[in-house]
Amino acid sequence: MALTPDDVAKLARLARIDLTPAELEHLAPQLEGILEAVASVQQVRDADVPPTSHALPLTNVFRPDMVQPSLPVEAALAGAPAAEESRFRVPQILGEEA
Amino acid sequence: MSTSPHLTSTAADLAAGIAAGTFSSEEVTRAHLDRIAAVDTEVHAFLHVDGERALEAARAVDAKVAAGEPVGPLAGVPLGLKDVLTMQGAPTTCGSRILQGWYPPYDATVTTRLLQAGLVVLGKTNMDEFAMGSSTENSAYGPTRNPWDTSRIPGGSGGGSSAALAAFEAPLTIGTDTGGSIRQPAAVTGTVGVKPTYGGTSRYGLVALASSLDQPGPCARTVLDAALLHQVIGGHDPRDSTSIDAPVPDVVAAARSGDVRGLRVGVVRELGGEGYQPGVTQRFTEAVELLSSLGAEVVEVSCPSFEQALAAYYLILPSEASSNLAKFDAMRFGLRVGDDGSHSAEEVMNLTREAGFGDEVKRRIIIGTYALSSGYYDAYYGSAQKVRTLIVRDFQAAFETVDVLVSPTTPTTAWPLGERVDDPLAMYAADLCTIPSNLAGNASASFPVGLSPEDGLPVGLQVMAPPMADDRLYLVGAALERALTERWGGPLLDRIDALQEVPA
Amino acid sequence: MTDTVLSYEDAIASYDPVMGLEVHVELGTASKMFCGCSTAFGAPPNTQTCPVCLGLPGSLPVVNATAIESAIRIGLALNCSIASWCRFARKNYFYPDQPKNYQISQYDEPIAFEGWLEVDVDGEPFRVEIERAHMEEDTGKSLHVGGATGRIHGASHSLLDYNRSGVPLIEIVTKPIEGAGERAPQVARAYVQHLRDLLRGLGVSEAKMEQGALRCDANLSLRPDPSAPLGTRTETKNVNSLRSVERAVRYEITRQAALLREGGRVTQETRHWQEDSGTTSPGRSKETAEDYRYFPEPDLVPVAPDPAWVEELRATLPEPPAERRRRLLADWGFSDLEMRDVVSSGALDLIEQTVAAGCAPQAARKWWAGELARRANETGVELHELAISPAQVAGVQQLVEAGTVNDKLARQVIEGVLAGEGEPEQVVASRGLAVVSDDGALGAAVDAAIAANPDVAEKIRAGKVQAAGALIGAVMKEMRGKADAARVRELVLERLS
Repeated sequence: MALTPDDVAKLARLARIDLTPAELEHLAPQLEGILEAVASVQQVRDADVPPTSHALPLTNVFRPDMVQPSLPVEAALAGAPAAEESRFRVPQILGEEA
Repeated sequence: MSTSPHLTSTAADLAAGIAAGTFSSEEVTRAHLDRIAAVDTEVHAFLHVDGERALEAARAVDAKVAAGEPVGPLAGVPLGLKDVLTMQGAPTTCGSRILQGWYPPYDATVTTRLLQAGLVVLGKTNMDEFAMGSSTENSAYGPTRNPWDTSRIPGGSGGGSSAALAAFEAPLTIGTDTGGSIRQPAAVTGTVGVKPTYGGTSRYGLVALASSLDQPGPCARTVLDAALLHQVIGGHDPRDSTSIDAPVPDVVAAARSGDVRGLRVGVVRELGGEGYQPGVTQRFTEAVELLSSLGAEVVEVSCPSFEQALAAYYLILPSEASSNLAKFDAMRFGLRVGDDGSHSAEEVMNLTREAGFGDEVKRRIIIGTYALSSGYYDAYYGSAQKVRTLIVRDFQAAFETVDVLVSPTTPTTAWPLGERVDDPLAMYAADLCTIPSNLAGNASASFPVGLSPEDGLPVGLQVMAPPMADDRLYLVGAALERALTERWGGPLLDRIDALQEVPA
Repeated sequence: MTDTVLSYEDAIASYDPVMGLEVHVELGTASKMFCGCSTAFGAPPNTQTCPVCLGLPGSLPVVNATAIESAIRIGLALNCSIASWCRFARKNYFYPDQPKNYQISQYDEPIAFEGWLEVDVDGEPFRVEIERAHMEEDTGKSLHVGGATGRIHGASHSLLDYNRSGVPLIEIVTKPIEGAGERAPQVARAYVQHLRDLLRGLGVSEAKMEQGALRCDANLSLRPDPSAPLGTRTETKNVNSLRSVERAVRYEITRQAALLREGGRVTQETRHWQEDSGTTSPGRSKETAEDYRYFPEPDLVPVAPDPAWVEELRATLPEPPAERRRRLLADWGFSDLEMRDVVSSGALDLIEQTVAAGCAPQAARKWWAGELARRANETGVELHELAISPAQVAGVQQLVEAGTVNDKLARQVIEGVLAGEGEPEQVVASRGLAVVSDDGALGAAVDAAIAANPDVAEKIRAGKVQAAGALIGAVMKEMRGKADAARVRELVLERLS
């Protein structure tokens, strides 16, 4: 499995990290090494073994539909990098027309 | 070593003295704050210390004692909290620049239970960024040093919590263990660290690394202290869907008993031999012989799928982490870079995550993004989850014939700072023995079993017990502790060189 | 940008439309899907938030039991199978209104799957096959500042409110709807309407489209004929009223047909319904298809509904809509045509409640499908949103039957109730609408009318009784419609016999 700096750049875009060209050069061989080291799991890819997503077999954990107090709006916004009119202020969103 | 006798006391003795009014929590707390001021410049176990708050909490306990009100079994005892758990009024950084200065508006369940039990939180302990690492060198705020040899790593990710214990800056600390982050630091610092059964302690307020693996647990210098702390933080929490709704096993009774007669102990064949430091193997083997001499039945057990554990872990962890860390996006909290009117929200996210995350975090996010992406899911994440099933089955089969499994906690003792920083695979190998228990969710702990002859550094023995049989860990740990302390003529940490006390 | 479109007749003569409808419904639970914050609509920004729905580090979700129950009931009402074991999954994508940058949803293991809903299109049943109904959580809301009219384009920054973040959603997805032909737009509308009624009947959601509590995304593709493979589809979002559903489907048919007719190709894309222009416009094109990197949500444990519980929930289901329509048709004695009118105007529930309040079925039908439907249409609201209750309509009809008001005055009573002037009796009193049957007042008016129309009076005296209408009309006019017409006629004839 060859992982090129280009591949890493694509993954970084998907993960929203603006990696520098130097980082891409540095990380690509490391990441490839890691992927080689973990590729052995593929031995069981076609094995008839159910996957385990949860460590312990719990099911049906629910809470009653009861309203709990909200954070005070000041506390909700206290950690915000920017706030305005009781809302979180963020830079312009380039996205879907809503 | 500082003069106060409180620094080397066990938590149990401190709590007893405080409750009896023999000495005050304020006095004990002040001694530890002084010790931190004296040695933490060198050790760097703490990221944040709030002496005023700690003393106020201590005085509150003293007032209760003076008024004759009942206090909990660890009331008034100072403690260091790993900086991955939220506590109001203190910053939670997770060792990351992206969270610098973030004050959470809520307490983790573990924090709530500590505060309600009257423990005195001294501050937040250092850690690898977002708990990714085995050396605490990945902290954005600089590494922690091993009090046994300050040129060496204290383990990770909870190196701050282990070093604080070994440096006598706190008698108790809280760690979190995703692949060994409590047990491996305990092993390399000669302290006790317990990863409870997954679901045995609440993850609410624990900033997630890998949700299906993370588990908070107690760190201490003695087995009984760890058990007392386990009892305080353990138990069902309705805010955590993966929390087990059952009473905590009686870990304190087990720690007081230490009777291993008739206990069936399985030595895991796959976790030892080639690649293990000879001194580690030697001390481990001696400890197993000791258990046998104390009446345990020792057999060898094979868990063939453990060979695949590291590979499965380094796919499952980054996958979950890539998703868990997506929320660090500069929109609602934490660092924001590039918000100068010229960048879109998306660009600000990209710039902030680039500037705010360190190398290891980036590596794991990229690997996780890859392993989950369409077209690769089945080969990587899906296969890793199948391996996880095989590991669970190995444990189940083993626990049909033995009560506990044992292995060295880590293949080597503490290595020099810097040695593995840019060699992720070498760093990952430190978790070889600890990872299977995280994948299967069972209880596991590390106990000190001596110093490796080659380098004079601590060696840990790992005990693994079935889910919800956490008490068995303490049974084995207490047996070893009692016999070894007798053999050594005192606790292992008595043999640590005094740290240079540097005025702050 | 203006699209070229074909006429609908031309488009449908040349192409066969295939639809897929995805409906998101906000459940009417008291608290959110994964935390205890209130779901109440319209609260000040960020006053219904907590660490969980703000996606703060360390917080963890816990599933709302009532949301699970509602999801199962919806699944059962849609004739779905209920999963014996299913999980939540994380759908990973970055967007500022999504606080965790992943949405907790269900992926390949929905709680309900493989069902159907029979809808009524112009009096004929049409069966829509349901692919799945799954649970997920809503996002926060962004307010775009600095640009024109609050639109995202040209905005300098945005303000986020997470009150809706984490409100439980059920997404109901149809299988491709084939065979609707030229009725495709009506089928789409009827489906959404039936679904809305079903959800209200279950009591799981008020399904108010105007509040965004029920949102429809319409997938549409065209093919030359029903035997051809499916064409490239577009997904039209933001279709938020019944009328828009019908219009958006119709518009996409004419737009895609024009493209295909000219030898062009339909681009697979997301489009947005523009209510004001009645057109669809393309969303931002993405470099690559979104990769959501779904994986099982590790913070939640699987859901495995006990079959006995599912059967208990099945017993709580209301009568299926089709059966109910058949029963009411028989009970009320409406004609097929009348019943169709009633259903398509959304008056079925209202009439049933009006009848329950003591009104005769035909009278209830007449008010709701006539006068009130006209007023709803004029003001552009749904029938049930009018400010008059079924009990009040029954009250108006009782006034008519008691002779207190006539039909014409009754319309004024309704107008008063709608204007918030109180109960029907209060409107009659305050507006002075009761008919006058008092002989003193009426006699004077009759005398005046006779005096003013001597030639008409002469004709009546001569036996042309049918001429009385003119005098009655004059009296009614004089008394502004409030005279008891029957008594006026008697008085006229008495005086002129």
